[in-house]
Amino acid sequence: MEKVQEKISLVTADGTPLKISLARAQRRSKTIAFMMVFPLLFFVTIAFIVPIADMLLFSIDNSIVKKILPKTTEALKDWSEYSGELPDEVVFAAMVEEIKSAKASRQHTKIGGRLNYESSGFSSLFRKAGRKVKKIKTPPFKEALIESDKRWGDIYTWQVIKQNSSEYTEGYYLSALDFKRKFESGKIESLPEKDSIYLKLFFRTLLISSLIVFLTLLIGFPLSYMLSIVSTRTSNILIIFVLLPFWTSLLVRTTSWIALLQQEGVINDFLIFLGIINEDGRLAMIHNATGTVIAMTHILLPFMILPLFSVMKTIPKSYVRAAISLGAHPWKAFWKIYFPNTSPGIGAGSILVFILAIGYYITPALVGGVSGTFISNRIAYHISNSLNWGLGSAIGVILLGIVLLFFVFYDRIVGINNMKLG
Amino acid sequence: MSKSDSYVSFQSVQKSYDGETLVVKDLNLDAHRGEFLTMLGPSGSGKTTCLMMLAGFETVTHGEIILDGTSINNVPPHKRNIGMVFQNYALFPHMTVNENLAFPLQVRKIPKSDIEDRVKKVLDLVQLGAFGNRRPMQLSGGQQQRVAVARALVFEPKLVLMDEPLGALDKQLREQMQYEIKHIHENLEVTVVYVTHDQSEALTMSNRIAVFDDGVIQQLAAPDVLYEKPENAFVAQFIGENNTLYGKVIGLDGDICTVELEGGEKLKAHAVNIQGVGFETMISLRPERVTVNPESGQCSSTVTGKVKELIYLGDHIRSRMNVCGHDDFIVKIPNSADHAQLQPGDTVQVGWKAEDARALDVPVS
Amino acid sequence: MNNFMRSMIAAAVMITFGFVGQAMAKDLVVVSWGGAYTASQQNAYHAPYMKQNSGIKIINDDSAGTAVAKLRAMNKAGNVTWDLIDVVAADGMRLCDEGLVEVINHDKDLAAAPDGTSASKDFGGLIVSECFIPQIVYSTTFGYRTDKVSRPMTSICDVFDTKSFPGKRSLQKSPLGNMEWALICDGVAPDKIFDVLGTSKGAERALAKLDTIKSDVVWWTAGAQTPQLLADGEVVVGSTYNGRLFKMIAVDKQPVAMLWDWQIFDLDGWVVPKGTKNKAEVMKYLRFATDTQRLADQSKWISYGPARASSAPLVGKHATLGIDMAPHMPTDPNNAKTTLLTNYAFWADNKDDLDAKFNAWLLK
Repeated sequence: MEKVQEKISLVTADGTPLKISLARAQRRSKTIAFMMVFPLLFFVTIAFIVPIADMLLFSIDNSIVKKILPKTTEALKDWSEYSGELPDEVVFAAMVEEIKSAKASRQHTKIGGRLNYESSGFSSLFRKAGRKVKKIKTPPFKEALIESDKRWGDIYTWQVIKQNSSEYTEGYYLSALDFKRKFESGKIESLPEKDSIYLKLFFRTLLISSLIVFLTLLIGFPLSYMLSIVSTRTSNILIIFVLLPFWTSLLVRTTSWIALLQQEGVINDFLIFLGIINEDGRLAMIHNATGTVIAMTHILLPFMILPLFSVMKTIPKSYVRAAISLGAHPWKAFWKIYFPNTSPGIGAGSILVFILAIGYYITPALVGGVSGTFISNRIAYHISNSLNWGLGSAIGVILLGIVLLFFVFYDRIVGINNMKLG
Repeated sequence: MSKSDSYVSFQSVQKSYDGETLVVKDLNLDAHRGEFLTMLGPSGSGKTTCLMMLAGFETVTHGEIILDGTSINNVPPHKRNIGMVFQNYALFPHMTVNENLAFPLQVRKIPKSDIEDRVKKVLDLVQLGAFGNRRPMQLSGGQQQRVAVARALVFEPKLVLMDEPLGALDKQLREQMQYEIKHIHENLEVTVVYVTHDQSEALTMSNRIAVFDDGVIQQLAAPDVLYEKPENAFVAQFIGENNTLYGKVIGLDGDICTVELEGGEKLKAHAVNIQGVGFETMISLRPERVTVNPESGQCSSTVTGKVKELIYLGDHIRSRMNVCGHDDFIVKIPNSADHAQLQPGDTVQVGWKAEDARALDVPVS
Repeated sequence: MNNFMRSMIAAAVMITFGFVGQAMAKDLVVVSWGGAYTASQQNAYHAPYMKQNSGIKIINDDSAGTAVAKLRAMNKAGNVTWDLIDVVAADGMRLCDEGLVEVINHDKDLAAAPDGTSASKDFGGLIVSECFIPQIVYSTTFGYRTDKVSRPMTSICDVFDTKSFPGKRSLQKSPLGNMEWALICDGVAPDKIFDVLGTSKGAERALAKLDTIKSDVVWWTAGAQTPQLLADGEVVVGSTYNGRLFKMIAVDKQPVAMLWDWQIFDLDGWVVPKGTKNKAEVMKYLRFATDTQRLADQSKWISYGPARASSAPLVGKHATLGIDMAPHMPTDPNNAKTTLLTNYAFWADNKDDLDAKFNAWLLK
């Protein structure tokens, strides 16, 4: 079939096949088009794709132990970790040798830091070993190392090392989902309810974010409607007011909510002045989930209003008038005709607010107290404080997965093409 | 016509948006049962405002609107039972054609089986029987137009309002739809109040036309009367093509007056709307009522014209001449077997009957 | 990894973390905490040094709060733009463990005391890591509203006594400090605290004690929060860094008093990042900025104790307020009757575990 096609393929006047001629003619414009999108492509790659790929890699990377202790991990392969016996001399000899060379390049503390995430005490174990190994010069290394710190004689120590000597690990994901690997048996167990952190925080983040979406919609809908029916001049001025908060820093907006909402704050004082509450009944509206919800609803409101407004602007007034002229009560006309036509704006606004909300961490950290903090606060903690980037990345990947899941969900129900961002 | 015949009645209706100017000034208008009444006028003339007051989307500032004997000033729009076709159809984009048509029936709590029957019937009426499950966006402009008409009719209102419904269609489709709407009106015996700024649309479809300008009805009459016997300069100029000659009334004999033009020529004209001898007047003369080289005695007024331009238009030849110092005097010469053969630059005699030259008021410019 | 990939990741990291532009050749980028603290360093170290060395320009970068993570990211990207970093001791140790900062030879690199005592002897036990040059001793301690309590607060256990001292308390949202105080007030002998805390029973015991005041606690994450909460009357007592409380009491004249009991000493100091392009200049600056007089000078501007023993007698009056600084120093004998020194070794091993337990407890 293809051969036949080739035979009858068209040629230009000078005998060049038409397709080649066409490709040549288009090459220039294609090159120009590519050059024009290249800056964007480059930007997206380094600002988006590379960091996400990096994050994915961090969340499973476990190469430290293997890289710094290659001989020890190789020797540990022959050791059966559930036999109830310590590894033999070969392993200890390799460990002593490799800690010595790691100490020279200050690498031994890195392993200690890494394994300390899995089990407390490894940090000091390796730091101490770094100081002591230089005195261990002759075999038997086993006895000498155990003498330097009795934890080396603990089978558990070696179980942890062996089970973390592969290139990749699912350990961070286990931690991020409140599971724990029992190194004594190699079994994976879920943490008891009292020790669980991340599942609770994931659930709370989704719940509070949904509440924020609902509230921004509740407040944003009538506001956007008003913006869409007033004259363009007025709506332009009002839109500036909607955007005004963007001109002040997030921190300022958040702290001004503290001044308003705290127990000795403006709103409580006002309520007391009105006699609605008394001195002892001051409301706790901040340093809890209420504070997070109020502050974030305010901060994210523009992201609901703008897509809603741009959709409402395009809905002709005549739709509702037509419905009324056909006999529908104005409320019914609104609900059956106007409201369904705002769904692209509602969808876009909700997805936008939801995704922004689940990633917020500064505001929840400042006004959320204990009951109003988000999973992102734990990511921030692991990235900048505990330096457990693996765990931070794993939580991040799960969060990304949740966002994608919501996108798919939205696509199924409303259709992504139906979304209108502005 | 007697008062009982009136189905819709505007009684001394005034409308102001800002409290300073009136967009509708003391309007009195009656539409008869089963009539096709068109409100025609340029934009800003107040015709759409009147329609919106009738539909209930604008409040009446003063006066009363009577529908079938009762005042509807305080009846909310959704209880007026008036069908309405909007300028851009206002079909609900999230509903299929069937759902659009069922909507007015559903809000009236009509049983499901009845709804299906009536939707099917009205779809057949507008020849869209096969399109019930489409969305409005999947239909052509003409098809959307028909759905909009069907939706305004499906709940069998006694009165249907149409607000420039054909404005978005191309010329050919517009003409076709004019006939269809006219036929539907004739078959269903509903009263239609129709708003347009297109005079040919108004002339084609209406029983009577109310010509609006500046918030006032300039003339209310049947299409032929409006065209043949315009009562003032605005109507004469707004409806159809029109030659105008300005002059002063110097004599009046019954309903025939003598007018002296600016160039000194004296002409006989039909005194329709003049203030009296000595006042300025505008003579209106339809181009097709002018005869080239008339036989003697055929015309009461004859002047000399010089041919400036000829345009061949098939059924007639359009000739622009210089007559009485005006360069834009149009004469339509029918393309009949014995019509006059002219060349640009020819000097000819043009004449008309006194009753075709209507002496009217001078428009304020 | 080839050079292209390396520079791509460098660019990605820089965008992600929002670094400032790269410094000029003779600019020294010094990372510190900002606010009053950076101002004290500017007055005591930077300004006089720049006056003596006109070719050097010291640029302050206020991102010490996230310096550890950022330095790690810079190092991964192979593009370190900082020259000197101010960190708390625990972070200095961790950066040292990770090999991200230079090892310092304290005697060779730093100036001896005026009487000839070597630098390592002058700093003494405060050199907690071979990469870390101590600068000040600060403490995490409590301040309380004098107008909202019936009698002065004198014991750390008053913080746990909600009957005698009703009202909210602000505590750091971290197990550090809080767990030690909880155990002291639960009757554990101060010298046994870390033995107890190292067991899971001990951790539970500390949390159980904290449980008794949990509903009265506002948790802070930034040092500025407690002073604000105290000023607003949101809390009656709260923990923070002593310098912040000094400002409230001495400068802003707020009705606040110190509760020094069982203050927890910590150290703050310098580390030199590996990969700085101006190492020779930085080391020259460090020798100047950590000498006896300079450390004493800093205490004219902020109420943190100088890390050198030889600086203590030189501590004088506040530079603008004219008040005697010695009584406001955490190290003053009257304030330091009962103290704890942050147990770096213990927390290096147990912080991850105790932090997880602490947060799980918070969520209950």
